[in-house]
Amino acid sequence: MSLQVATYIAVGLSFLLYLGIAFWSRAKSTSDFYVAGTSVGPVVNGMATAADWMSAASFISMAGLISTMGYGGSVFLMGWTGGFVLLAMLLAPYLRKFGKFTVSQFIRDRFYSKTAAAVGVLCLLIASITYIIGQMTGVGVAFSRFLGVSNDVGIYIGMAIVFAYAVFGGMKGITYTQVAQYCVMSLAYVIPAIFIAFYLTGNPIPQLGLGSDLTGENIALLTRLDQVVTDLGFKEYTTSLPGSTLNMILFTLTLMIGTAGLPHVIMRFFTVPSVSAARRSAGWTLVFIAVLYTTAPAVAAMAKYNLHTTVTPGIEQNMEVFAPEASLKGDERPDWMKRWEKTGLLQWEDKNNDGRIQYYNDDSSNQQFLTRAEEAGWKGNELKVNPDIIVLANPEIALLPYWVIALVAAGGIAAALSTAAGLLMAISSAISHDLIKGIFMPKISEKKELMTGKISMAVSILVAGWLGLNPPGFAAGTVALAFGIAASSLFPALMMGIFFVKMNKEGAIAGMLSGLTVALFYVFAHKGIFFIPGTEYTHLIGGANSFFGITPEAIGAVGAFVNFLVAFIVSRFTKNPPEQIQVLVESVRSPRGVKTVKGAH
Amino acid sequence: MAKKKRTYWSATLRLLGIVLAIWAGVSLGLSIILAPLLNHIQLGGYPLGFWFAQQGSIFTFIALIFVYAKLMGRIDRKYDVDEKTEKKSHKKRR
Repeated sequence: MSLQVATYIAVGLSFLLYLGIAFWSRAKSTSDFYVAGTSVGPVVNGMATAADWMSAASFISMAGLISTMGYGGSVFLMGWTGGFVLLAMLLAPYLRKFGKFTVSQFIRDRFYSKTAAAVGVLCLLIASITYIIGQMTGVGVAFSRFLGVSNDVGIYIGMAIVFAYAVFGGMKGITYTQVAQYCVMSLAYVIPAIFIAFYLTGNPIPQLGLGSDLTGENIALLTRLDQVVTDLGFKEYTTSLPGSTLNMILFTLTLMIGTAGLPHVIMRFFTVPSVSAARRSAGWTLVFIAVLYTTAPAVAAMAKYNLHTTVTPGIEQNMEVFAPEASLKGDERPDWMKRWEKTGLLQWEDKNNDGRIQYYNDDSSNQQFLTRAEEAGWKGNELKVNPDIIVLANPEIALLPYWVIALVAAGGIAAALSTAAGLLMAISSAISHDLIKGIFMPKISEKKELMTGKISMAVSILVAGWLGLNPPGFAAGTVALAFGIAASSLFPALMMGIFFVKMNKEGAIAGMLSGLTVALFYVFAHKGIFFIPGTEYTHLIGGANSFFGITPEAIGAVGAFVNFLVAFIVSRFTKNPPEQIQVLVESVRSPRGVKTVKGAH
Repeated sequence: MAKKKRTYWSATLRLLGIVLAIWAGVSLGLSIILAPLLNHIQLGGYPLGFWFAQQGSIFTFIALIFVYAKLMGRIDRKYDVDEKTEKKSHKKRR
């Protein structure tokens, strides 16, 4: 059986599974459609949320990013997990007690204002739509890479599959499909990691293997890796930090607060039956995420070590890296390298025509290293490595059987589909429930609303697909933007609504708008106004990263701070919220009296 | 009644403060600010600061949520605001 056939079988079987679940879990009421009838247990919901949360980027790119950034890559690990602590304590249980279908409905009722709700819906839609652009391009990449179809065909297939279970099943269909998708993606991630950890260190548990000695040697894997990369002119793996410490703190905080403020994550906690289930469910979510996220650093470091010892085999014989025979001969390179060269993810260019591959840091800060490299006749780094290859080629580097490679394909596709479906749910419920029912047609019947929900879902899929097919120039900047917006606008508004009884609508609206403005102003300064190339205005703010050396990705934490500050100042000088809001906040704070979620206003 | 609600809420906030202090202490403190110092200590083959940043912080987060959920449940019962009685009627209704 060839690799391509094995891949088609694995992916085909996983599709059949999703469609079967879709048929079994059709939505019969608006409660089914928006919140899966609030009947999902905390463990199952945790698993679905984990799949929802972990995108194609998490699955395919994160280990590669960590591999490239070393210690600096920890921002993603901590940022994308630490947010769930905030969610479990500050938002999820209270919003579940509030007991409505959507996030903006809380903003609307708590701040007794349609304007506040409209600002909330606006922030929600911007955050979710920018996020989904990245996911749809991810769907295309995953399909084209694994199934050998074009990017566009990949997006069409992805749209059709999501359509089948999201339109008919709503949140119920999405939740149970995501459980299946989680199983596929975690197996696909962990199995190759177990093989590679066992092969390198003799310890099959990747998390322990990363802290073990190399097989047959008396030196820890990480210590050896540090030596290898510094020998090749890179920064030390376990300490390398791309920016300042302050920037790392703010970047981590932005990702954490943003995670807790992303609507498609928050609304998962509306599907559980009780307040205490909402608390525990956040814990289970993190357990399931941690299975992959604590494996990722092991994959990152081990694949990096494997890659360097493959390309510069002299390392393993304790040879000086500058000796000619320390580098790999080009025509002796392994087959998997040739295979991935065809995709452009790996590129070898023999700059000094010696027939060998020199893979090193030609931009090193170590002058002595650069001088010696020049003396050895090296004419620049000859191997370009796309970070994605760390996960994609991992099974091949470790010479694993075809079925493992096929499984990774199914896993990558599952990761892309599950996140796209969760985001589509957030977008379509904002449209059908918050805009159509909440603002334009409050008298709509349940049956009609269910139909409206399905239609908005279908339209959202078409729009998302179109954006995936014609990605605006800013696809790469979308993650920074989505987290920046969620952190600077939504999270503070929700939290203040629960924790500060005196917070009024004027404060909340002013806070959201000013947080959003700060984040957008700084991101646009670096990436262009609405990401239109050529409209960057870093010169107006005194150069790139001029605000205490903070990168635009890390500005969300500053925006959140501004949001809180402005909201407090404005609320002090305006009227207190009406009496019934105090009653509402009191009732949200106490778990007693939790009901099944209702949509009625 | 109102007094009881206030003490319930301040017990909640106290627990929240403790959990958030550990949350920030491990992720921002041990994993970032103190990491260069902790890296002088080895945990198996891991430099300790690096381990906190890429492994330890995630394990801490999980433990924090479950401990919080458990203690919060205890506070709910102590101040008699837990959802137990309601759950029964909820089941009956379905």
